[in-house]
Amino acid sequence: MKGKGASLAETTQSFLVENPIFEIRQLSVWYKAQQVLKDVTMDIPEKQVTAIIGPSGCGKSTFLRSLNRMNDLIPGMRAEGQVFFRGLNIYARSVDPVEVRRRIGMVFQVPNPFPKSIFENVAFGLRINGFNGDLKAKVQWALERAALWDEVKHCLHKSAFELSGGQQQRLCIARALAVEPEVLLMDEPCSALDPIATAKIEDLIHELKREVTIVIVTHNMQQAARISDYTAFMFLGEVLEFAPTGLLFTKPKDPKTEAYLAGRFG
Amino acid sequence: MLVNSHHSITSLELRPPFGRLLKERFIRWVFMVCAFFAVVITFATLGMFVAESLPFFAQVSLGEFLGGIRWAPLHEPPSYGVLALVADTLVITAIALGVALPLGLLSAVFLSEYASFRLRQVCKPILEVLAGVPTVVYGFFALRFVTPLLQRTFLPQLSFWNGLSAGLVMGIMIIPLVASISEEVLFAVPRRLREAAYALGATKFEVTTRVVIPAASSGIGASFILALSRAIGETMIVALAAGRTPAWPPDPTRPMLTITTTIVNIATGDHEATAFIWSVLFALGFLLFLSTLVFNVASHVIVRRFRERFP
Repeated sequence: MKGKGASLAETTQSFLVENPIFEIRQLSVWYKAQQVLKDVTMDIPEKQVTAIIGPSGCGKSTFLRSLNRMNDLIPGMRAEGQVFFRGLNIYARSVDPVEVRRRIGMVFQVPNPFPKSIFENVAFGLRINGFNGDLKAKVQWALERAALWDEVKHCLHKSAFELSGGQQQRLCIARALAVEPEVLLMDEPCSALDPIATAKIEDLIHELKREVTIVIVTHNMQQAARISDYTAFMFLGEVLEFAPTGLLFTKPKDPKTEAYLAGRFG
Repeated sequence: MLVNSHHSITSLELRPPFGRLLKERFIRWVFMVCAFFAVVITFATLGMFVAESLPFFAQVSLGEFLGGIRWAPLHEPPSYGVLALVADTLVITAIALGVALPLGLLSAVFLSEYASFRLRQVCKPILEVLAGVPTVVYGFFALRFVTPLLQRTFLPQLSFWNGLSAGLVMGIMIIPLVASISEEVLFAVPRRLREAAYALGATKFEVTTRVVIPAASSGIGASFILALSRAIGETMIVALAAGRTPAWPPDPTRPMLTITTTIVNIATGDHEATAFIWSVLFALGFLLFLSTLVFNVASHVIVRRFRERFP
């Protein structure tokens, strides 16, 4: 059942995505009476980095969190419209949000490791998903993919809180990667980090996109330009423009996008 | 105005108004005295217990006191073995904790994780009313309601006075203590930790049992220790409902004698109040004081460690 309402022709998306992993159709989100996401329609390409930029409070995080139904945890949240993930509407009644989140991982703004050891942090998702292979090997695999293994291989049983902020964030990425999600949602993952730690995470994103689809919210326009293949510009709950990153930054169509990129507000 | 301001620059004065420093110093002193008062009282109590129980320990060896089973200070020859009293105290404490810890923790988890905001606002004050009921009421409840109920249902052989109903009712009394402290530490677990677990595909139950409760474990442990010292020191319920005969070996279906009840007995009994009997009392009080002090300090240390973890 692919009753996708609006066609892309009516939207702000300037290009056709050949293999979309997400097809978002007329998605609106309210918190109590306040509408924070207005009628968003766009396609997100698979195994690419899609950046969401826009001024504070424009609904970037809400949009990201609606892609794995993290918004369901907020009391008073209401969503309308559809988000098709590989053709299946994740807001359909028969869909269990827990199953959605097992396949669509998330990394948060502030590194949030559990108050457990480094090993247990990465093993957590495997344990709750009933993983019965070689736990140690899988933890190592995830830490290697997050470019953290060499730094922590001798202290896996130390508390995760003893790591630096950047290491904690890479640990959170490893934790998310361990359960092999198809998509990684990143909500301003570098905003609490220094420039060197930020550069490491950006390199990592570059490596990871070969295997997973990445959707990243960022405050930092230069970061979006550096790491993303596609960029969406959001303003007051709407996606005003969605285009290949190079095009959006050099030839923005919407005057508001141009103004934002020029630093005239934000 | 301009002239004025020029004038004030040349003769700038930032001295305090008359008497302010004196007042500040005085207030500081008042607060300091108040704060020290509690500390002084604690140490004075400890010192008094040591001093007053010295005559007892001069006559009775520590081994006889702690190792002896027979408690008969008013008989001839007297016997001062406290082991049966300690055992009875611990059995009743264990029954009370067996009720209070699981029920308190479960209600804390419910209030913090599962209840809606509205329900939480309604339930918490009701729970705290339980904590405000005078203990003598609980004692009467145990004696005149719980014991007859148990006699009519499961335990017809239950004595009129017994350790079981005293322990059960004491447990009910302690539930609010465990629930309210545990609820606060559970609620204080940062939302970002819950979100991290949800984002990995954890269910609400997994988030609660594998993230929230472990993260709050030291605070929950502190509430358990406070409950323990509360149970050991509880007097009125056991004095009314547990009886005045030590049971050895400890059997909660029969009358039991706790350390606290023993103190009440001796202090209120119509025997000759010799100096020595009072020092017996102080020895018992010292034992209680030390054990609750140790538990309270332990819980304090644990709570401090908890605070360091989530600043």
